Amino acid sequence: MQSSAHTADGTANVPRLAEHFASLEVQNHAARLGMWLFLATEILLFAGLFVCYGCYRFLFPEAWAAGSRSLDLTMGTVNTIVLITSSLTAALAVHYAKEGKNKMVGVMFALTLVMALGFLVIKYFEYAHKFHIGTLPGRYYFYEGMQMPGITLYFTVYFCSTALHALHVVIGMTVLAVAMVRAFKKKDFGPNNYTMVELGSMYWHLVDLVWIFLFPMLYLV
Amino acid sequence: MTPSSSLDTAGAAPHDEHHDHHPSYLVDGTTIKSWLLTVDHKRIGVMFLFFILLFFLVGGIFALLLRVELLTPGPTIMDAMTYNRTFTLHGLVMIFLFMIPAIPAVFGNFMLPLMLGAKDVAFPRLNLASFYIYLTGAVFMLWGMLNGGLDTGWTFYTPYSTHTTTTVAPVMFGAFIIGFSSIATGINFIVTCHTMRAPGITWFKMPLFVWAIYATSCIQVLATPVIGLLTVLVAVENLFSFGMFDPARGGDPVLFQHLFWFYSHPAVYIMVLPAFGVMSEVVSTYSRKNIFGYRAVAYSSLGIAFVGFFAWGHHMFVSGQSTFDAGVFGVLTMLVGVFTAIKVFNWVGTVYKGAVEFSTPFAYFCGFLFFTVFGGMTGIALGTVSLDVPWHDTYFVVAHFHFIMVGATIMAFLASLHYWFPKMFGKTYHEGWGLVSAALIILGFNATFIPQFLVGNNGMPRRYYDYPERFQALNVASTAGASLLAFGFLIIAFYLTYALVFGEASGKNPWRSKGYEWVSESPPPTHNFVGPQVTFPEEPHFYVDPKKAEVPDAV
Repeated sequence: MQSSAHTADGTANVPRLAEHFASLEVQNHAARLGMWLFLATEILLFAGLFVCYGCYRFLFPEAWAAGSRSLDLTMGTVNTIVLITSSLTAALAVHYAKEGKNKMVGVMFALTLVMALGFLVIKYFEYAHKFHIGTLPGRYYFYEGMQMPGITLYFTVYFCSTALHALHVVIGMTVLAVAMVRAFKKKDFGPNNYTMVELGSMYWHLVDLVWIFLFPMLYLV
Repeated sequence: MTPSSSLDTAGAAPHDEHHDHHPSYLVDGTTIKSWLLTVDHKRIGVMFLFFILLFFLVGGIFALLLRVELLTPGPTIMDAMTYNRTFTLHGLVMIFLFMIPAIPAVFGNFMLPLMLGAKDVAFPRLNLASFYIYLTGAVFMLWGMLNGGLDTGWTFYTPYSTHTTTTVAPVMFGAFIIGFSSIATGINFIVTCHTMRAPGITWFKMPLFVWAIYATSCIQVLATPVIGLLTVLVAVENLFSFGMFDPARGGDPVLFQHLFWFYSHPAVYIMVLPAFGVMSEVVSTYSRKNIFGYRAVAYSSLGIAFVGFFAWGHHMFVSGQSTFDAGVFGVLTMLVGVFTAIKVFNWVGTVYKGAVEFSTPFAYFCGFLFFTVFGGMTGIALGTVSLDVPWHDTYFVVAHFHFIMVGATIMAFLASLHYWFPKMFGKTYHEGWGLVSAALIILGFNATFIPQFLVGNNGMPRRYYDYPERFQALNVASTAGASLLAFGFLIIAFYLTYALVFGEASGKNPWRSKGYEWVSESPPPTHNFVGPQVTFPEEPHFYVDPKKAEVPDAV
């Protein structure tokens, strides 16, 4: 479904129809459906962590309040804005892909990637600060300022969920980078051939969406 | 070798002529590379079959070692630590490497596109990837098992699994990787059902095996990510002590149990639902009757998949659950029994007044029916809180799940292996030996596990290395049964291997089945169907128009 074939006049781009599909429409439908199902599994993956969060928050409300206040709200907010904006550019890439403006697709994905990198850099500073003062998971915790039952657990949940999310950011960046290179080099996205852009963008929205849940859970409430 | 195969020899001649132009998938490319890099769902299914049988052998050998060890109280052939590792390995190999992928990855892969009139599954490359992911996970798991082993049992309960000195992490990562294989297969099958059905195959004309696989795939897609996360958390905890489930740091081991069983209870339906699907095909074919209550059977598959998600708490009646929770989970557990009973009644209704051909797959159907009903009824008993508490963690539970989960699945696995053997390899096996081994296996299975019901009811706990003198008679009986079982499997291994090499050509449809998968050649050519799009005017297993049938066996 990724490789494409030029028609006789060499202008219109349509993706190659795999032999086992009845039509292109079915092929694209299958790809989208598969992606939606995959996103469902991703949500359930994070759901397990959300359950841990909810359970321990119920058991240790004071630790959760203290842990939440100790996070850097400014950095978190900036990161949220960065990530939501990157989702906008990813969505615009799909829009341009449908119109066949390959250069704009590449630019939009490049912007998305820059913002994703920015997100990771800010995240790195947050992590570095925590490593410095010692608000770390489990037995590595050595921060004197906050000592109460369950506080180490808060940071276990914090690090597990943000690290898993960061891993998804990296995976998403790889996917978008592949699509970006293709938009710049092969320039073959068009009204009939934008499934790859769409699916990459869908994955990126999921990465964004998970953060939209993680941010209020960890930083705000 | 079957009586019906002679009827089909007339049809075999043009079939051979066909071969020149469209070779079967087995001979279309004979290099090793053409197998290892194939994207043909049939070849992937056959490769899965090879490794799944291999792991079944490994798991079976460990089961036998366990039974030999339990022959006498005290040490017999191994020490206590080795025993703990052996039962863990038996459980892990049998569950993650054999039973979960057994029917979906082999027969689901092979049959689903054929049953839907499609040329392949929706994502052939993902399909191949899922095979290699499975192998990678298996290598991790077995490597961990051989380098230190694991003594937690397959349930990995914390806090023991996070503190034991045995090699937890590689085994957990292995399980995590195999999870991806399971998810990939699930997504592939769901999308295939949605987008690849041939014109004319509506949702309610899909064969019941496809319905069962569809329901299974839904569970795989929705439940597996949770265990994936959990295995990573436990592995990380074991390596770095983050304290997620460590009571010393406020962590809650019961939370682990909840998350674990949220996957692992639906997982038993991942194992048993495909078995139900196989049986719906087999019972129609060999009774020569349209399936009784098609929609009820199809819906009950979805019903089991749905209710299965809300029954996990019955594994935790003694984990400090409130009485109210336990009651709710008990009732939800029994609902699974209702859906299963719907299926059982419909199968029996199909056999009723059918023209039964008592061949090997049908023999397995009979065994299956017995194990499902008996095992299912003990499941209802175990779902009752007041009964479960004394039975908890005794051999009664072991015998229960070996009956319903293992018994039903193995019966179906063997039934499908025999029923689809001509379809997959175009050869016939020896029917007489088939029936003999089926009898041995069904008897052996009963002889192994009925004593375990009794010894468990008398109070022998599971997973114990030692036991008092008074339990010995029943343990010896169980071990004797296990040897009978092993003997039955050996016979199958011999005559099926023989059939594979020297067996007579089976022709296109030796069972005269009207299942959709028999529309194509046996074995099918690479893209399943040659020429224009095949049509499926009748429902699957449409042997006779019910409105005209005064005598149902008038075929």
